[in-house]
Amino acid sequence: MADITSTSTGSGGMNIGKILLEGRAFFALVAIIIVFSILSPVYFSVGNFLIMSSHVAIFGLLAIGMLLVILNGGIDLSVGSTLGLSGVVAGALMQGVEIPAAGVILYPPVWAVVVLTLCLGAFVGAINGVLIAFFRVPAFVATLGMLYVARGVALLMTNGLTFNNLSGSEALGNTGFDWLGFNRIGGVPIGVIVLAVVAVVVGVTLARTAFGRWLYASGGNERAAELSGVPTKMVQISVYVLSGMCAAIAGLVLSSQLTSAGPTAGTTYELTAIAAVVIGGAALTGGRGTVRGTMLGAFVIGFLSDGLVIIGVSAYWQTVFTGAVIVLAVLLNSLQYGGKKR
Amino acid sequence: MTVQGSLQPAAGRIGDVVMSARDVAKHYGAVQALKGVNFDIHRGQVTTLFGENGAGKSTLMKILSGIVTPTHGEIILDGKPVVFANATDALAQGISIIHQELALAPNLNVRDNIFMGREIRTATGVNFAEESRITRELMAELEEDIDPLTPVEDLRLGQQQIVEIARALQANSRILIMDEPTSALSASEVEVLFKVIRDLTAKGVSIVYISHHLEEALTVTHHAVVLRDGMMTANAPRSEINLEWIVRNMVGENFDLGSPPESEMGAPALVIDDLCVPDRSGQGNAVDHLDLSVKAGEIVCIYGLMGAGRTELMECVAGRLKASSGAVRLMGADVSRLSIAQRIEAGLVLVPEDRQRDGLVQTMSVGQNLSLASIGAFTRGLFTSRGDEQTVIDTSIKEVTVKTDGGDAMIGSLSGGNQQKVVIGKMLATQPDVILLDEPSRGIDVGAKAEVFKLLARTAQERGLAVVYTTSEVGECLSVAHRIIVMRRGRISAEFDHTVSKEDIMAASGEAVHH
Repeated sequence: MADITSTSTGSGGMNIGKILLEGRAFFALVAIIIVFSILSPVYFSVGNFLIMSSHVAIFGLLAIGMLLVILNGGIDLSVGSTLGLSGVVAGALMQGVEIPAAGVILYPPVWAVVVLTLCLGAFVGAINGVLIAFFRVPAFVATLGMLYVARGVALLMTNGLTFNNLSGSEALGNTGFDWLGFNRIGGVPIGVIVLAVVAVVVGVTLARTAFGRWLYASGGNERAAELSGVPTKMVQISVYVLSGMCAAIAGLVLSSQLTSAGPTAGTTYELTAIAAVVIGGAALTGGRGTVRGTMLGAFVIGFLSDGLVIIGVSAYWQTVFTGAVIVLAVLLNSLQYGGKKR
Repeated sequence: MTVQGSLQPAAGRIGDVVMSARDVAKHYGAVQALKGVNFDIHRGQVTTLFGENGAGKSTLMKILSGIVTPTHGEIILDGKPVVFANATDALAQGISIIHQELALAPNLNVRDNIFMGREIRTATGVNFAEESRITRELMAELEEDIDPLTPVEDLRLGQQQIVEIARALQANSRILIMDEPTSALSASEVEVLFKVIRDLTAKGVSIVYISHHLEEALTVTHHAVVLRDGMMTANAPRSEINLEWIVRNMVGENFDLGSPPESEMGAPALVIDDLCVPDRSGQGNAVDHLDLSVKAGEIVCIYGLMGAGRTELMECVAGRLKASSGAVRLMGADVSRLSIAQRIEAGLVLVPEDRQRDGLVQTMSVGQNLSLASIGAFTRGLFTSRGDEQTVIDTSIKEVTVKTDGGDAMIGSLSGGNQQKVVIGKMLATQPDVILLDEPSRGIDVGAKAEVFKLLARTAQERGLAVVYTTSEVGECLSVAHRIIVMRRGRISAEFDHTVSKEDIMAASGEAVHH
């Protein structure tokens, strides 16, 4: 992670408060690794870290999209459902698209499946964004509605069943879907590499582009940003589109990892993504937060829950621990931000 | 806690001092809002506080009503020193305040608003019948035909004020503080209010009244107290004073806010043509068929009372509010249909009135705030250039003389005056042709005020910038402006050059001659 974090650092505006804030998530991660390494002999190994990281990749991708939305002062509850829908659509495309008029079944190549799925994620996000920016539906409500709609559509498409055959066939020229979930480059799972690339791209976008500055400004004070010439509506729609695309990428990686696409995949993942962003020090009121923090937040959650599995703690306790960590993180955030207020 | 109790003549003679402030001072950090004020409230009489914005009127009111505790000095009630823990404590001792922004719950009905937090409880809940009966009695007392079950949001503003007064009476208040009660009322509603005030005083209730409508206030008051820069400058009974006395004491000797620069006036930079902006209710016009032309290099001041339509005019010209008719032309080109961003691009910028709400992004640093409106100027291809951004920031900091080092500090760490300079610097960094400033001196101290006006004079002179600023302080009209426009009810009621007197400006605004 070291190289990712250093490239996605915030701009020159470093101050002690920020370092402490992000340091908290970092120290928590170190503590988790130390504790579980003592409790379990298999925890501390490169192999285990990579496996855990590929689990983190799913939440991490959702969390990056969520970070953008939260920086804007919004919330996106639909990402879990969008993830599920994306997986199902990708699965359906892999099964072939029947065109009754022409009497043929089209088998799009994997790259086309990926592009179409990303477009789907962007489309779902665009609906959210337009509802929120132009029709002034509160983000919570708009994306809550989308949570249901996207999940419902996924269930309708499959009739509640799961697509199991995603590997395609040589004869149809659509093999390679499992590459995302199974292959490794230099020993690193592709999912983790995808996460790293997305994190770096978004990190640089936030720190070094006009769009990034617009996002921080409109999240910090939308009225002031608008009067300074920031296209606040465009920014608002964009973050939901990007969040939808991140969810689509996560859906592709997850269904590839599982070699199956189920309509209920990703249920409640939106909450994990929000938790990662919050643990990473972002303010739910908008305007504060970094990709680095969010990544640390995602790893804290992932390494904690996998660690609990490894040492054999029951799944019920895992839920309790995760909840406690989230509340603790928000508690520390509000202490930190509370102290900053004049 | 009954109506009868509240409206019976209070003990003691009319005119006795019932409450007074002795050497009361209040500091907010380094800012001295109030610097040792003595102030008396007389039983059954109206005492009016006069003063410009920032003179300390509101702070004094908040101290008297227990909202703010003074840094120094004491409050004496019925001859004994008292310390209010909070507003509820003051209310329990008979002191009510009616704020300019009414504190009613619009979704609740009149009865529930009057008894909010003081419900008449019984073993089985609230005695609504008794509450309704008392509300009806109060309304009869105030001669206002309002049903207790009417939702407050359905009432006119004047009626809502009556509800506030009824609430104060219900709480047995003997001292009633009214902050600008007439600013949003129609002439007939003002009449009703004044009648209510006279009835109340006849019953021994003491009133503290704040208003910018000087002549109007003179018709109802018994005592006048003038505040300026946190000090009491004058104090006299009504019989000894007149309008001229108030204005003289309010404005005082001026701090030098500069004089109009000798800039070369060019072609008209901003032309406003027959502009109409609907008001918030959508029924009337906040800006009513207004025409104005400002030349390059010229500084124009727009003076007007609250509600005169200054802010609406500024926000419409900048593109935030939609005009219902008319046109805005910038350097000859029609910009009426452009967005805010496009107008900034074209060279028309606004420094908004409320710097915290509309001007600054609190989560960002000084530098990021300064460069926010000119990100395009330091974006190279896809990415922003840190070096070029720092150049923009450094230039701005130097130009508007912000006291900060390099721009990395959080914006909240600056003083009000420096924050205002950041907002102005941010807009100047876009290299505009026309800059609009809505109340640029609001909430900043006199020294910073002078610096802001000198900055405006300099940029108008050096850059040939057309500057339009609004103010509600008459002293600021006679500073750097070449021309003074007085607005009243959405229209231009007078136009003066910079040699005009303060009294003439105030008269044209409706401040001196009202109703």
